[in-house]
Amino acid sequence: MTSRDEILAAIRKHQPPVREPPHLDGAWTIYSDRLAQFASVLAAIGGGFIRAADAARADGQLRDLAVYRDAKLIVSTVSGIGQSTVDLASISDPHQLETVDFAVLPGQFGVAENGAIWVTDRNLKHRVIYFIVQHLALVIAADQIVDNMHQAYERLTFDRAEFGAFIAGPSKTADIEQSLVIGAHGPRSLTVICLG
Amino acid sequence: MNHATLAIDFIANGERAHWHDAALWFVREKRDTAARSLPEWEALRETASAVKAHTMSRLAEYLEQFERQATKLGAKVHWARDAAEHNRIVLEILQSHGVKKLVKSKSMLTEECHLNPFLERHGIEVVDTDLGERIVQLAGQPPSHIVMPAIHFKKEEIGTLFHEHLHTAAGASDPNYLAEAARHHLRDKFMRADAGLTGVNFAIAETGGCVVVTNEGNADLGVSLPKLHVASMGIEKIIPRAKDLGVFLRLLARSATGQPISVYSSHFHGPRPGGELHIVIVDNGRSALLGKKHFQGSLKCIRCGACMNTCPVYRRSGGFSYQSTVPGPIGSILAPARDPKHYYSLPYASSLCGSCTDVCPVKIDIHHQLLAWRREIVDGGHLPRSKRLAMKLASVVLRNTWLYRSVGRMARLSLRWMPRFVVYNRWNTWGRQRDLPPMPRKSFRQQYQERYDQPGRNPRGDS
Repeated sequence: MTSRDEILAAIRKHQPPVREPPHLDGAWTIYSDRLAQFASVLAAIGGGFIRAADAARADGQLRDLAVYRDAKLIVSTVSGIGQSTVDLASISDPHQLETVDFAVLPGQFGVAENGAIWVTDRNLKHRVIYFIVQHLALVIAADQIVDNMHQAYERLTFDRAEFGAFIAGPSKTADIEQSLVIGAHGPRSLTVICLG
Repeated sequence: MNHATLAIDFIANGERAHWHDAALWFVREKRDTAARSLPEWEALRETASAVKAHTMSRLAEYLEQFERQATKLGAKVHWARDAAEHNRIVLEILQSHGVKKLVKSKSMLTEECHLNPFLERHGIEVVDTDLGERIVQLAGQPPSHIVMPAIHFKKEEIGTLFHEHLHTAAGASDPNYLAEAARHHLRDKFMRADAGLTGVNFAIAETGGCVVVTNEGNADLGVSLPKLHVASMGIEKIIPRAKDLGVFLRLLARSATGQPISVYSSHFHGPRPGGELHIVIVDNGRSALLGKKHFQGSLKCIRCGACMNTCPVYRRSGGFSYQSTVPGPIGSILAPARDPKHYYSLPYASSLCGSCTDVCPVKIDIHHQLLAWRREIVDGGHLPRSKRLAMKLASVVLRNTWLYRSVGRMARLSLRWMPRFVVYNRWNTWGRQRDLPPMPRKSFRQQYQERYDQPGRNPRGDS
């Protein structure tokens, strides 16, 4: 008997009687102003927030950020926001992205309850870009914010080989005496740009 | 092993034990604030518990579904009966890809399997990349907590450790400075790694995806630079549907650290283009635990660590006193399931106050299971002889009214006049940290009779 069959047989032998799954449509918290809630949680978890009517104005506000102004190597895959100095498509080995200072990337939607943004690697050559850059900006439309995680998963389908992640704030650690340090291994800052 | 004996050194340094206690209580309070911010907290716990109970009742089916879906997406699924088989499978995968350097994100399963020393014996450099895990790895220690592996370290000690290994300035202990040094050190390791290994927080049967949660981003860096990703998971990590994650991700970080969600909740569906994803599904005693009626509920655990942060015994005795990969209340259920003789003392490392049960996000009845374990330990004959004899003696005395009264009388008399060194002898372990209360002159029974067995008076006062 293979290990697989042996394990499954042992589980079948010990499985308790069938219990029905619970329904997931509870009275989950929703917010009267999702954008305000999102922005306030984002600030609490160390994220920056830019609200702009359109890409041009967002680009202007981005240039006001010191971390953007100081950036030498920049990747932007959002048209009109940020000026790319590195062409992601021309890079074959993700290791070459180690020195990128700033990236502007699209997010799919935000979650008001926890300040997270859903991102994927669809049409993105190297998913490591989300994690390896020194500073990250994610762009979402202001009307693309759901109340809570239940609504978030209602929007998501996983029917192909793809990477996806909720990103909530900059990389952080509290492993040294519970002192919060922003910028553990990944981005030292996260700015969310809300358009519209 | 004996928990109380192993805790002696930890307790001996009172100031430090207090510091440890306070550090964990701080995290517990953050958890409370996060939980109170959601009016539906109890409904979430209830739902999470029910999802896990349902999953367990159809676990084999869900594992098969997960395997089918993951394979369809291009992942390779492996099965390991025990730790040795898990380690062998991982080594084979690494060797067949010529891997010399491996970066790992936090995985308590690989700690349980002692994967690191095994791979190192076969010439593979293994670097733990979670900062806390890297600290304990450099110190040659196991983690003392499952979420905060280096919670027992003071920043000055980390400074000394980093000075030695990462060449930071002597005497430096600023957390920002030390974390920055670790960032450079570990980013260098990420850049040179041939493969990345992660644990799995949740495996979705319906979609074949693995979800890995970190705050530092170390798991993602580790498996997005090299082409090879190995993910090790216990059979209990399965959840049926992606939408169940809505419940679990709301509970996990809030329970663990008080954050509304961890910084990175990464969903891996299949390998990335040109890469490989190997998923190793490990039993290692879990299917047997599923068959233990009183204890199968412990398989619901999502490893948030909340029961440790709240436990008065864990906070005051430290993670190492459990000598188990998962310490604290939940570890005291899991460890004896593995080896009741060796871990007989862990179910006693609890005051049964029930705080663990109150904070558990998946509503495991932890303190009830600890009590149930005590019964198993006694019935299995795993208590040391001294404890067995004492229990037997107590049982005889408590069953015999005459004997019980006489022993009580003798104790009340003798404890009053016996010299201190006789009472606090070396067998009186109870009296090591505290004094006995002063002996009353009369027994409860006598006092009761004097008060109420008089005409016109009765205990309820309704004459």
